[in-house]
Amino acid sequence: MSQKVFIAFQDNDNARYLVDAVMQDNPEAEVQYQPAMIRIEAEKRLVINRETMEETLGREWDVQEMLIDVISIGGNVDEDDDHFILQWN
Amino acid sequence: MAIKNKKLNLKDKYQYLTRDMAWEPTYQKKEDIYPDERFEGIKITDWSQWEDPFRLTMDAYWKYQAEKEKKLYAIFDAFAQNNGHQNISDARYVNSLKLFLSGVSPLEYAAFQGYARVGRQFSGAGARVACQMQAIDELRHSQTQQHAMSHYNKHFNGLHDAAHQHDRIWFLSVPKSFFDDARSAGPFEFLTAISFSFEYVLTNLLFVPFMSGAAYNGDMATVTFGFSAQSDEARHMTLGLEVIKFILEQHEDNVPIIQRWIDKWFWRGFRLLSLVGMMMDYMLPNKVMSWAEAWEVYYEQNGGALFKDLERYGIRPPKYQDVANAAKNHVSHQAWSTFYQYSQATNFHTWMPEEEEMAWLSEKYPETFDKYYRARFEHWDKEHKEGRRFYNNTLPQLCQVCQIPVIFTEKDDPTVFSHRQIKHEGERYHFCSDGCCDIFKNEPEKYIQAWLPVHQIYQGNCGGADVATVVEKYYHINPGVDNMEYHGSPDHQRWLDIKGLKPLKSNSEKKSAA
Repeated sequence: MSQKVFIAFQDNDNARYLVDAVMQDNPEAEVQYQPAMIRIEAEKRLVINRETMEETLGREWDVQEMLIDVISIGGNVDEDDDHFILQWN
Repeated sequence: MAIKNKKLNLKDKYQYLTRDMAWEPTYQKKEDIYPDERFEGIKITDWSQWEDPFRLTMDAYWKYQAEKEKKLYAIFDAFAQNNGHQNISDARYVNSLKLFLSGVSPLEYAAFQGYARVGRQFSGAGARVACQMQAIDELRHSQTQQHAMSHYNKHFNGLHDAAHQHDRIWFLSVPKSFFDDARSAGPFEFLTAISFSFEYVLTNLLFVPFMSGAAYNGDMATVTFGFSAQSDEARHMTLGLEVIKFILEQHEDNVPIIQRWIDKWFWRGFRLLSLVGMMMDYMLPNKVMSWAEAWEVYYEQNGGALFKDLERYGIRPPKYQDVANAAKNHVSHQAWSTFYQYSQATNFHTWMPEEEEMAWLSEKYPETFDKYYRARFEHWDKEHKEGRRFYNNTLPQLCQVCQIPVIFTEKDDPTVFSHRQIKHEGERYHFCSDGCCDIFKNEPEKYIQAWLPVHQIYQGNCGGADVATVVEKYYHINPGVDNMEYHGSPDHQRWLDIKGLKPLKSNSEKKSAA
């Protein structure tokens, strides 16, 4: 059985950069556009890297900044200063 | 960059600002300080194993929450200043807000009280901090929802007394009793019920389609508070999953206790969400996805992945999950039928779907809508058009546990009502399902105390001997204005005025169309 992790963001300006960064680091992920929200799902694992986000944004970025735009998540969370990971074991 | 190197990393900061703020008591025993931690039978051997994956500390919490609030209230102001209510898809949509304000917002307040209480009960500092933040979040949700909808209260009927109504109106005892059941349980059951079963497993079904639906129906204020609240939920959901894993890893004796709670709270949550199903399929003029589709994505797919992950602890998917999965093609139609018939006693309007909405339902429910529901709806629609709008004056039999009228059908036969009954100490009790009957059998002494609205009306405890008096005097529903058929209601008339671009003389005139 497939085991998808997912993250949903508000469809706003911040989220555009998040989606860009997520797609760079997780090329196999699928992006779904729904009214006012963007949902990204991937098999088993999805990662957001601070480094990629900082390059995309052109400024320093704190991983916890994503708390402002996230709507929902599915999967075990592992967060530290450099990344945010969702995964199923 | 020099400043950045001086900053504590996330893990150290979390350690210093949570665990290191706690202390070992010296002149009182721990058992006396945390007296509720043991009676449920849950065994915790090492609280330091508690993980908070977000590692959120109070300073960061205030910073991000303040930013969320600033964004949110700027939008509320813009929405009000620009008469945002005039840009929604149709005034029927506002009825879903009436349901939300009286059914869901008071639950946010109940959640605030619940987390404030259990946050006091745990001897582990990590759990206490997480519960404290969630308590503040829930209070914020209750407040922002009331602020968002106060604008609609200026222009539409039925939003004037939601807190009073939550404690009294018959169907609002369904969400109320759900939270009262959780809040009157022990601290670990409360977390399993609300943090895990509700927040993690089921809350996506409430908020995500609802808020996406609000966006699709032009309701900027609601989509904004919804997603602002949801940004907190992502943290709550993570807490819910961590709580379950933590308890299961602490002691093998915890596994059967947690399994029974998961079974119970999955079933209670599934029943509660019938209200959301009907809202999605019937109350949103512009529809995002059907209830069955939402159930497939957010329960069958996401819940499936979750329970597969929990297998290694000896946890299986919730009992009666098969019944819930099969019911996805029926519950919304059965719930809307009930609210349509009893709309003389609801704080919102009901209606029969328009022709193209019926076509949408046929398309989304190819196995069930035309076969079991369309004919009934067309009949009611015809009756209404001929001046005989149907209202049912017989009060229904309620389920002793979920408090929903016994309106749902058997898994294998949608033409037969699902009804169970048992005798307990000489009294007969009625249930909507095996799921609810099992919950009663596990704790009969709790559920025999249920405050069932229909019983209470018949016992004379609701302000009058007939439904009309109860509705007006006890529920504070303004008859013919807040309730009954939408078409021809003051809300409907006002909407026609708005769309006809008739200027309104003053705000005080708004509700007097009746």
